[in-house]
This record gives sequence, structure tokens and C-alpha cells, in this order.
Amino acid sequence: MNDTSTAKTGLQSEAGAAMKQNRTAEGTVGEVYVDDPRMTCRNVDVYYGEKQAIFDVSLDVGKNQVISMIGPSGCGKSTFLRCLNRMNDTIDICRVTGQIKMDGQDIYDGGLDVVPLRASVGMVFQKPNPFPKSIYDNIAYGPRIHGLCDDKQHLDSIVEKSLQRAGLWEEVKDRLDQPGTGLSGGQQQRLCIARAIAVSPEVILMDEPCSALDPIATAKIEELIDELRENFTIAIVTHSMQQAARVSQRTAYFHLGKLIEVGETDQIFTSPRHKLTEDYITGRFG
Amino acid sequence: MHTSTLIILLLGLMSLAYYFGRKRSLSIVGGKIRDLHSLPSYYGLQTAMWCGIPALILLSLWISFEETVVTGIVVESLPQELQSLPPERLDLVLNDVRNLSKGDIVSSTVDQTMQQAADHYSSLMDISHMALFVVALSVAILAGLWARRTITREQRARNRVEKAINFFLLSSSTLAIFTTIGIVLSVLFESMRFFQQIPVTEFLFGLEWSPQTAIRPDQVGSSGVFGSVPLFAGTMLITLIAMIVAVPIGLMSAIYMAEYAGKRFRTLAKPVLEVLAGIPTVVYGFFAALTVAPFFRDMGTNIGLTVSSESALAAGVVMGIMIIPFVSSLSDDVINAVPQAMRDGAYGLGATRSETIRNVIIPAALPGIVGGVLLAVSRAIGETMIVVMAAGLSANLSANPLEAVTTVTVQIVTLLVGDQEFDSAKTLAAFALALVLFVITLALNMIALHIVRKYREQYE
Amino acid sequence: MNNQQQHQKTMERVQQGLDRRYRKERHFRWLGLGAIILGLLFVSFLFITIISNGYTAFQQTYVKLDVFYDPEMIAPIGETDPEVLSRANYGGLIKASMRQMFPEVTNRREKKVLYGLISTGASYELRNAVMSNPALIGSKAEVWVVADDDVDMLIKGHIDLRLPESDRRIKDNQLGWIHLLQEQDRIEKRFNTTFFTAGDSREPELSGIKGAIAGSFFTLLICLTIAFPVGVAAAVYLEEFAPKNRWTDLIEVNINNLAAVPSIVFGLLGLAVFINFFGLPRSVPLVGGLVLALMTLPTIIIASRAALKSVPPSIREAALGIGASPMQTITHHVLPLALPGMLTGTIIGMAQALGETAPLLMIGMVAFIVDVPGSVMDPSAVLPVQIYLWADSPERAFVERTSAAIMVLLAFLISMNLLAVWLRKKFERRW
Repeated sequence: MNDTSTAKTGLQSEAGAAMKQNRTAEGTVGEVYVDDPRMTCRNVDVYYGEKQAIFDVSLDVGKNQVISMIGPSGCGKSTFLRCLNRMNDTIDICRVTGQIKMDGQDIYDGGLDVVPLRASVGMVFQKPNPFPKSIYDNIAYGPRIHGLCDDKQHLDSIVEKSLQRAGLWEEVKDRLDQPGTGLSGGQQQRLCIARAIAVSPEVILMDEPCSALDPIATAKIEELIDELRENFTIAIVTHSMQQAARVSQRTAYFHLGKLIEVGETDQIFTSPRHKLTEDYITGRFG
Repeated sequence: MHTSTLIILLLGLMSLAYYFGRKRSLSIVGGKIRDLHSLPSYYGLQTAMWCGIPALILLSLWISFEETVVTGIVVESLPQELQSLPPERLDLVLNDVRNLSKGDIVSSTVDQTMQQAADHYSSLMDISHMALFVVALSVAILAGLWARRTITREQRARNRVEKAINFFLLSSSTLAIFTTIGIVLSVLFESMRFFQQIPVTEFLFGLEWSPQTAIRPDQVGSSGVFGSVPLFAGTMLITLIAMIVAVPIGLMSAIYMAEYAGKRFRTLAKPVLEVLAGIPTVVYGFFAALTVAPFFRDMGTNIGLTVSSESALAAGVVMGIMIIPFVSSLSDDVINAVPQAMRDGAYGLGATRSETIRNVIIPAALPGIVGGVLLAVSRAIGETMIVVMAAGLSANLSANPLEAVTTVTVQIVTLLVGDQEFDSAKTLAAFALALVLFVITLALNMIALHIVRKYREQYE
Repeated sequence: MNNQQQHQKTMERVQQGLDRRYRKERHFRWLGLGAIILGLLFVSFLFITIISNGYTAFQQTYVKLDVFYDPEMIAPIGETDPEVLSRANYGGLIKASMRQMFPEVTNRREKKVLYGLISTGASYELRNAVMSNPALIGSKAEVWVVADDDVDMLIKGHIDLRLPESDRRIKDNQLGWIHLLQEQDRIEKRFNTTFFTAGDSREPELSGIKGAIAGSFFTLLICLTIAFPVGVAAAVYLEEFAPKNRWTDLIEVNINNLAAVPSIVFGLLGLAVFINFFGLPRSVPLVGGLVLALMTLPTIIIASRAALKSVPPSIREAALGIGASPMQTITHHVLPLALPGMLTGTIIGMAQALGETAPLLMIGMVAFIVDVPGSVMDPSAVLPVQIYLWADSPERAFVERTSAAIMVLLAFLISMNLLAVWLRKKFERRW
């Protein structure tokens, strides 16, 4: 796998430079590239065993931006998202080729340690999954394993800051020693977000973070995402087009494992250029 | 005692190494953990591993070769006439030397040379122990110090420690394979030696079993005949009786539990029945010999039948009782795996419960039940204590359950319990029997698991 | 016509058959219930047999003797040297006391029978008493000493007096003496402490299970220290790290098959590998523990894998998602959650190992061992083997001791299983 990816990388850097001129990629409509990317993906293919799940996707994730990925179920948007911090490594049969770089560093490089990668590309999952430990320990776990704090006070302040940023501090500050699993669904999800930002990542991946929540909790999370944009780059997969429209600056539309169209969110929702995108946006399927 | 002191010392050194390794890593970065590649505790663990593992490996190697080397030196120093003895005699002499050095009773008279050899042996052993002590501790300290020195801020301590743990996990999982290989090899080797003395065909097809080989060639009546057919026939007879008891009772109680019993009845009766599965086989053996066998014998006398006090019937029935919970829990799984839709189909047509069970559930579950019964058979064949305590020793080729028969496992036990020289056909025969036993149970088990898996897949 | 009539006809048919069908239904149901009741009967019959045979073993018959600690037979008054005290003739004291009680017995043969009423262990009791308190020498005291097992059996009613004298272990003259002793209130049943404080013995009244319990303890200790870490490690590897390939498949097939290999075959493995190849001594808990560890390993691996499987993948994702390494994910999150399940499996495996006999016979743990083992390298018996040995002994008194030992073994097993059930209940988690 390494052989093919490096071979491809060599070819790709030239081709990529050439394509950057007209700012489009083959097979994808719209602006794949941005001026100031945090992550760049080039010709990414993903296979589950024999089956190919992602076909030749190239996409940039801009700094301090929210990019949302939409598309019908099974279109590969979640699979693509999980490539960005190599969560797919946990699936034995999954194979990724192509090139994904973060700040110029190839994250699929054979010698790269996934642990620091995942510390800088955090993830929030579809279902809130707090550890069956106290609220404090949930947040403190990341800083502890990465050695981010030198003493207890430092750790306390990280926990407090993370919970404040996630908008959960006021609700839980008196019961930090109680289990995280005892919170409501929305609170649990914000706890998971707080847990992710406690290790100060650069990018946060969110895989349908609101799909298990009620509308009020959803609104709170959306608000939070908007605030987090100041400090973090966020890639979010969502089912709801309204949510994509509300929280993101750029939107990518996936269909059957291919990236069909990328662009400014306003543009995608008001004047989609590709027929498939238009069908999806106008609700003909989905 | 000596070794355990050394191991405790090494463990102590390892914890010291952990402490110093951890401290070292912190002092390198001046207490700022962020600058380290891994958490300080990983540097500590790494140092401790370097300190302990080489020394422990050395220790185990030393202990396993110590005896051989020391014995070799002692043999060299023995007088010529002792050295030129045939190997078995030499072994006896060495055994005496060892016992003498420990102050135990020896078989031959103690003479000057023996005493000298024993003193030589024990002094060598003492030297070896001392040397081991010194060498192991210095290896531990040096390796620990070296590991501590090599700590740098970029060193990937976590990855190294995790690699070591991963290696431990991997090797643990391969132990299962080594156990199987160990079983096959140990049984196979001795069986080969047995078949050099007794032809395979005689063993497999001979109708007479009488393993008492003659001690003197002119002895009468103990020729040593190794035809295993009567043993396998006896095993089959007892297994058959056990199945006749266990299968109907186990199956019917599983059906009743699954389809008829109320919740309260089930929560009460099920654990009580499962108690049967937890009772050690030696208890069943005692029960069979003390209660069941005399009961059958007395009953036989009352109706005018001669029932042996070691009848196949008693052993078989008790073994059947032991296997009831096994059959019943396997059948329970199988019955519950039959989809509800099939039941609903039958009920929808107006079938009664028993009709549904007999015409729909049992046929559907049949492959699974057959698989379960095969597993039970394999277990009955390999069961030892009940038959050792309740079945006979004489190898009768008989299908009469009222007579005494013997089984494969009984013969293995009788051939191997007690002191035997290890190369007579009699002892080796036990290994040949075990080989056949292993092959049969393995085959039954493979077939049964295959059937059960196929059955499961059908309804998934 | 039709449909209505057709239907009517069908219904008639159905009605006709109904009785028969319901009868069958009832029979079938009774059959099932009968099977369960039969099973329950077996359980209760087994327990009743064992308990009714065994409960008497917890009591032991004692005889009261008037012992004169004769300085001439032991040592001069004031002697405290243990060497001298331990070598004195204490049996003589008992004999003297018996002679004094039954002066009419003069015949040499009869005297021997008379002395036989008291256990040979009684002289050790006297010795211990004197050695711990040398001041006793020269004094007279009433001492309760252990009676012989035949007397014990008679007092407990296990000897059928209707049999002709020649078929009885207790003869008529002994009966007379015993009655005399009873009339003088010199015979009493007391709690049998020997049973819990002594090792094995040829004399039933002096035998106990302490040696066997210590042997079982050391054997299980070895078994646990090997089987638990290795079993858990193997389960973690197979469940969390192993790639899906032929090698892993092979390991899995192996584990499943090992679980079904007859236990006696493991005994042969131990005999061939540990004793003949590695030269470890026979009859020691170390080898027994190793063999039982190999035997219980599949049980522990299978249970531990089930426990690991029940930890939801979302926990693993959560940890991996903040950058915990796979090993950290396992050690910090998955293992603590799976531990109760693993412990439950391990306890059940240990209970199996505790009851196992056959493989231990193969490695020589059937030797007759009087001493209570003090380490894993001392020759010893284990509880089930002790049961097997006693079950083979001809003395009537060993039957009740066998049953009592079984009761102790079952008590251990039941408490282990209850512990496992409790653990499962307590830490059961619904996700």
C-alpha cells in the first residue's frame, strides 16, 4: 500500500500543481482548492476489501473554517471523514490510497505515528460516547495521556476551559465527579466535544454530531460549532441540509463515493452547478 | 527458596529502575512533560523492562542447564570404572549422588568415591548458585543503567513498551497451539515406541487385552496381549448407556424449560439442574460405586439376575446423569435459535404446542441437536473418574450391560498410576490408547462444531 | 354448497380429533416435566446420599481415661529436655490406665484387643500435653483421647450388631467393655477437629483434609498465576489486535478443540513434558498447577473474549479519537470494563480445576502423603484426589470421611460459583 501511494504522490504533486491553475479537479465541479489549506487531500481512494467506497476524491480543508459534507446515506462522506484522522485504521480490511496532508505532512506516511495525529485531529462521533468515568476524568483523559499538563492545577484549568468552551461548565461545575454517562444526550455530546478540544487539536472532525439529539440540543451544538470556528478547523458530516447551511462556510456534496461538487455554502444551496447536487438540494432524493 | 529470593530481588530492582527511568526523563526536559515524546511513566517502564527481562531470561536458561552441566563435570571426575558403566547404571549412580548430597536415603551402600562425588556435586551446585546470583543481579543493574542513560527526549518509549507488550500478547495466544503440538508430540512419540514392540494391527484389531507383561521370561499366564478392541467396546457400551439416559432427559427438560415452563419455575429449576454440571466427576464416581452399583446389584438379585458390582449399567447411568445438563444446555441454545416465525407459522395453522415442537421445532433444530449429542458423546468417551471408580478392570468383550467391562480411560489410569519403568510395553500402551482417544474426541468435536456452525448460519 | 358446508365438515373433523390431540399434548407436557423432575431428583438424591453419609464425620468419639503421668515411664519429675520427653513411652501410660480400668483382663491376646479400643494417636496427644507442660509429670488427670475408628463406627451406629460375631469388626468382648465405658460416661462424641487439622493417615480417626486443602490451594495458586494473565493476554490479542488471517483462524480452532480434549490427555501431556522432559518432580503442586493451567486456559480465553466483545466499540472509538494508542485504549478503557466478565470466567475455570482429578493421577499426585505441604515443591495430594484415595480404602470409617471431604469440596465449589454469579450481577452493565 505504501508503494502505490508514494508512487502516486510523486505523479500527483506535478499534476496537482498544474490543476491548481484552473482551480478544479477532474470529476468534481467547483473549487476543490483553497488558498490557505489546513488539510489537503489528493486522489483519495478507499477500499473495504474488494469493494471501493471512495473514488478519487481531492479536497482541501481551509483553516478556521467549517466545511460540511452532505449527501445521501452510504455516499461515503463518513468514510472520507474518518480518513482524515486515520480512524479507518481500526478496520482491518480498510485500505486507503492517495495522499492526505496536514500542514504539509503526509498523514499516511509509513513512519508517522497516528497518536499525535489524532491528538491534533480530534473527532466527535455520531452517538455521544462518554467514557464510563467521571465528567472530570472524561475531559482530563486526553491531556493526561498526551502529557499536556505538568500539575493538578494546570489540569484543572484545562478541564474548566474546555468545558467552558463547550458551553457545559455552568451546567456541570458542581458535579464534576459524577459519571459522564449520567448527563442528558445533548450534554453528553457537548462533553464529547469538550473532551476533543481539551487536547487543543487543530482540526475537529464531527460525524453527524446531532443525529441522536433533540432540536434544542441540536441548536446548542450548532451555536457551539460556530464559536469554535475561531480557534479550530472543523469538518462536519451531516444529514441535514439546513444544518450544513447554518454552520458551514464550504460544503462538499458526495454521491456514491464520489465528490460531486464543492463550493461556498451559499452557492451550493442557491445555485448548484451539478445536476446531482441540484436534485439532492431540491429534495428529489436523499 | 534460593530462586525465589533472586526473583524477588529482581522485582525490587525493576521497581527501582522504573523510578529512576521516570525521574531521568523528567529531569531531561526540566519537568516539562510536553517536550517528551512519551509520558514519563513509559520511560520508567522501558528502563524496568531492560533491567528485568534479560536477567529473568538468563535466570531461566541458567536453571534449565545448571543440572546438566554440573552433572557432566561430576561424571568427568568419577573414577574410570564408574564412567564406563552403561547409561542406565550410570543414571542410578548419579541419582544416588544427588540424593546423597541432599542427605536423603540412598539405594546402595555409601562408599568413599560416592561420598566424594556427592561433596563435589554439592560444592559445584553452591558455586553455580552463587555465580547465578552475582551474574543475574549485575546483568539487571548494568542493563538498567544502560537503558536509563540512553533516554532522550525524542526516544519513542511508548512505542517500544507497547511493542514489548504486544509481543507478550501474541505469544500468549500461541500457547494454545503449543499445547496442542505438545499433546500430539508427547502422545505420538511414546506411541511410536509402543508400536515398535507391538504391531499396529494387533493393537487396533486384537480381541484380547491383558497388559501384564512377564517380569521373568519363564512366567506363566502373563504374556502381555495388547488388543484394544475390548476396551473400545466397553467404552462404547458405557457411552451408549449414558446417552440413553442423558439424551431424552436432557432434551425433554430443555424443551420444557424453553417452551412450557413459567418464568418462576425456570429461574428456580434451571440453576438446580446446572448444579449437576458443576459437581466434580470424582464425586459422581463415589456416588456410582457407593450407591448406584450396589442398588443395581441388589435389584438384580431380587429379580434373579446376576449383576456385577462393577456393572457397565451403574457407570453408564451415573455418567448419563452427569451429562444431562450438558445436553440440556446445548439443546436449549439450539431450540432458542429456531426463529419465532417458524413457531408462529405452526400456531397460526392451529397446531398445538406439542405438535409445533415435534413437527416444526425439533426437525428444524435437528442438526444442532445432533451436533450437541456428538459433543456429549465425545465428553462421555473421555470421562475418566466415574469409570475408574465404578467400572471394572478386566477387559471383557461383552455387550451385556450387567457385566463388568473396562474402558480406555480406566486402562490408561491403571497402566500409569504407580511407579513404572518408562519403556515397558505396558506403560507405553497407555500413550497409544491416549493417542486413539485424542484422535476420536478431536474428530467428534470437529464434526460436531461444524454441524452446529452450519446450523447457526442457516438461521442468521 | 359449498363453502359453508365444507367448513362445517372440516370443523367436525377437527372437533373429533381434538380430544386425542389434547391428550397427546398433555402427555408430552408431562414427559417434559417428568424429565425435569427426574433431574431434580438426581440432584437431591446425590446430595442426600453424600450428606447422610458424611455429616457424622464431623464428630469423633472420645474416651475418657484416668492417666497417671508416671515419672518412671516418662522422665523424672523436673525433667524439661524435649529430647528426653519426646522419646518417652506414652503408649504405656494409656495401656496402664486401661489395665487399671479393666483389671479382669489378663490374657495377652485379650489385652491387645482391649488396647485396640483407643487410637494409636492417643499417645501423641499425651506426648504433646507433657511437652507443652512438663509439670504434668507425676500428676494424675482425666484425659479425653480419640477412640479407635471401629469404636467410633459402633457409637455412630454404622456397625450392624445383628451380624454374627465373626463378620463384625467389633467383637462381643469389646462390646462389653464399650458398654461399661458408656455406663461410666466415659464415651462422648465431640467435634472432629482432627479432620480439619491433620494430613492423610492410614488410621481413619487420625486422618484429615488439611494436607489436601493446602495441596489444592498451592495447585490452584500456580494454575491461577499462569492461566489468568496468559488467558487474558491471549483473549486481548485475539479480540483486539489479531489480524484476520489463517494464523489467527488456526489459533481459534485450536482453542475450541482444546476445550474438548479429555482431561486425562492433559495429564499425559504433563507426564511426558513436565516430568519426563523437563525433569520436574512428581506429585508436586507446581506440575499439577501447570497441567491444570493448560487445561483451564481455553475456558478463560473464551470467557474473556466474550467479555471484551461486550464492551461497545464506541468506547474504543472515543479513546482512539482523542489520540490514545490502541494499547492505551485497551488498558485504560476496555480492560477495566471487561474485567468483571473475565474474572467470572476465571473463577468458573478455577472451580473446574479444583474439581479435576484425572490429569493429576497421571502426574503422580495419588501418592500417600501424610505431611501438610508448605510450598509448591512439596509432594502433596489435592482434595479430589484425596476423595478418590479414601473412596478406595476398605475401612467403613473412610466412607463417612470421603463423604465429608466431598461436602467440603462442594462447599468450596458452590461458594466459588456464587461469587462468580454475584460478580456478574454486580458489574453487569447494559449499554
